[in-house]
Amino acid sequence: MHIVICIKQVPDSAQIRVHPVTNTIMRQGVPTIINPYDLFALEEALQLRDRHGGEVTVLTMGPPMAEDALRKALTYGADRAVLLTDRHFAGSDTLATSFALSRAIAKIGEAFGTPDIVFTGKQTIDGDTAQVGPGIAKRLDLLQLTYVAKIVSVDINGREITVERRSEGGTQTLMSKLPCLITMLEGTNEIRRGSLDDALRAARSQIVKWNAADAGIEDLTKCGLRGSPTVVKRVFAPPERAEKAEQIDTAEKTPRDLAEELIAGIFLRQPALESELAFDGE
Amino acid sequence: MLSTNRESPPPAAGRAAMKKELPDQFKDHRHVWVFMELERDQVHPVSFELLGEGRKLADKLGVQLAGVVLGPPGEATWFAIAEAFAYGADLAYLVEAPLLADYRNEPFTKALTDLVTNYKPEILLLGATTLGRDLAGSVATTLLTGLTADCTELDVDADGSLAATRPTFGGSLLCTIYTLNCRPQMATVRPRVMAMPPRGNNKIGRVIQHKVSMIEEEIVTKVLGFLSDGQSATANLAYADVVVAGGLGLGAVENVKLMKKLARTIGADYGCSRPLVQKGWMPADRQIGQTGKTIRPKLYIAAGISGAIQHRVGVEGADLILAINTDPNAPIFDFAHLGVVTDAIRLLPSLTELFTHRLSPHSRDKLAN
Repeated sequence: MHIVICIKQVPDSAQIRVHPVTNTIMRQGVPTIINPYDLFALEEALQLRDRHGGEVTVLTMGPPMAEDALRKALTYGADRAVLLTDRHFAGSDTLATSFALSRAIAKIGEAFGTPDIVFTGKQTIDGDTAQVGPGIAKRLDLLQLTYVAKIVSVDINGREITVERRSEGGTQTLMSKLPCLITMLEGTNEIRRGSLDDALRAARSQIVKWNAADAGIEDLTKCGLRGSPTVVKRVFAPPERAEKAEQIDTAEKTPRDLAEELIAGIFLRQPALESELAFDGE
Repeated sequence: MLSTNRESPPPAAGRAAMKKELPDQFKDHRHVWVFMELERDQVHPVSFELLGEGRKLADKLGVQLAGVVLGPPGEATWFAIAEAFAYGADLAYLVEAPLLADYRNEPFTKALTDLVTNYKPEILLLGATTLGRDLAGSVATTLLTGLTADCTELDVDADGSLAATRPTFGGSLLCTIYTLNCRPQMATVRPRVMAMPPRGNNKIGRVIQHKVSMIEEEIVTKVLGFLSDGQSATANLAYADVVVAGGLGLGAVENVKLMKKLARTIGADYGCSRPLVQKGWMPADRQIGQTGKTIRPKLYIAAGISGAIQHRVGVEGADLILAINTDPNAPIFDFAHLGVVTDAIRLLPSLTELFTHRLSPHSRDKLAN
């Protein structure tokens, strides 16, 4: 089977710093990582390949430096990597991003075989929208299975797939058909440690680099800022809360004293709570 | 950039693309729609939160507010419609069909897209739930319109455009996003981000019924089963009145039970910050914050949580935040109401003990007399 997985190189958001004057993200010195949710999807893709045979192609759209993320994905064991990079993609929102990626996936299909499954992570940690996966599915007319916790079974010959999908308040078991697009939840499947062979192969691998034209995109008005119906009008830092926490003085007090003061403080501020808190004494 | 996974930050304003002339084909788009999320006969409360916001937007624009209900024939859909009216809708759109019994992307996308194409709303709001996000992405892509995820603030500007504000980069920044030259303007909002509006007594309004142009045979995906989280669920966490949560300050996995014990004693639900999920001490659906749940309790007790921005965005709606942390410079003290610089591991058992004492029926009787 042929699996395409979309990954994204993102700033390690735990270490994001915002410039205090310009309110822009200071990327310098901020390490980049593969979006963590994508790694769950990558592991799932590799497991399916190991079980059913075939290839995993990893795709990213981004600046030239995103090649590092692809190289990393190859060391985990992906078979092929495609970098979609073109200045015409700058400023793409989710609609423009899903357009470019869907064209690249179609091109990958022509060049390396039609994919049976396209994977993405459930969302990225920088954009956090969870919109690109469904966008790609719609544009390629793929069946869409989002928030998948577990792939129960894949029948390559019968073109059938059964998955468990998280929904509000429970888990749905869905049966669908290939080809499909799956967005993968954070799961129990940590990304594997690639083998030494994988590392050597990754170092020697040629990464396929495509610009818009290579990916078969003729209409540049559907790309980047021009192809994005949403426009960011204003960027600002979250407002500071006017008052900081009122601190309980801890000098020479036992935990019991502190607990007493805190509980008094809680009920002073929220008197109604005293009758509302459900007591579950033992 | 921000909202939408942008490749590089565009200049923030004053670009040629900011032209405000709406193409003719969108000029007759009117009214604000809220998608009423109905699953297994239950309306997700985020729908009511959205009606509250939608009402404000509709009033500013001088247009009507509609609730959109998709579901199987039966009482549940009509109950959802009555609730939509009670929470401020002027009218409701209803698509009833057996194939809408369980949520599936294909028929729901088709039904909602058809409604939009036929009745032309200018704004369409959905909950940023697993269902809402699955559906919104497909609908927006089908209609080739803009969609802004996980908004924390919605407003309309002087010329009637939707200004949708959302956190990005894990909450480090906020950005206000417009959908230019396309309609409807679509946005999703996470549960509990917006306050629950008061429920009115109105049960009456116009209901417009529409047929879905799809048959079961055309739908590839089948639902084989559903396993409810049931009572053990975290389904309540977002809507709990009291929440206790732990972070890295708990020090070791065995100390998680100190936090759980306090929660049980005061009838609270419990959660954690992201690092505890990463360490495997707590399941992912207990995570509170940007990539977890948003909470809005009357009381939030944060034990050993530093309060990174990603956590802050998920708890800011709490009425009273009590923070316990050994680090006096922890960011959580910048947004908590009441703080104590001490070791949560030592304080939690005392809190549990004294709450037990204070809340026991015996001492309550004494207080009452």
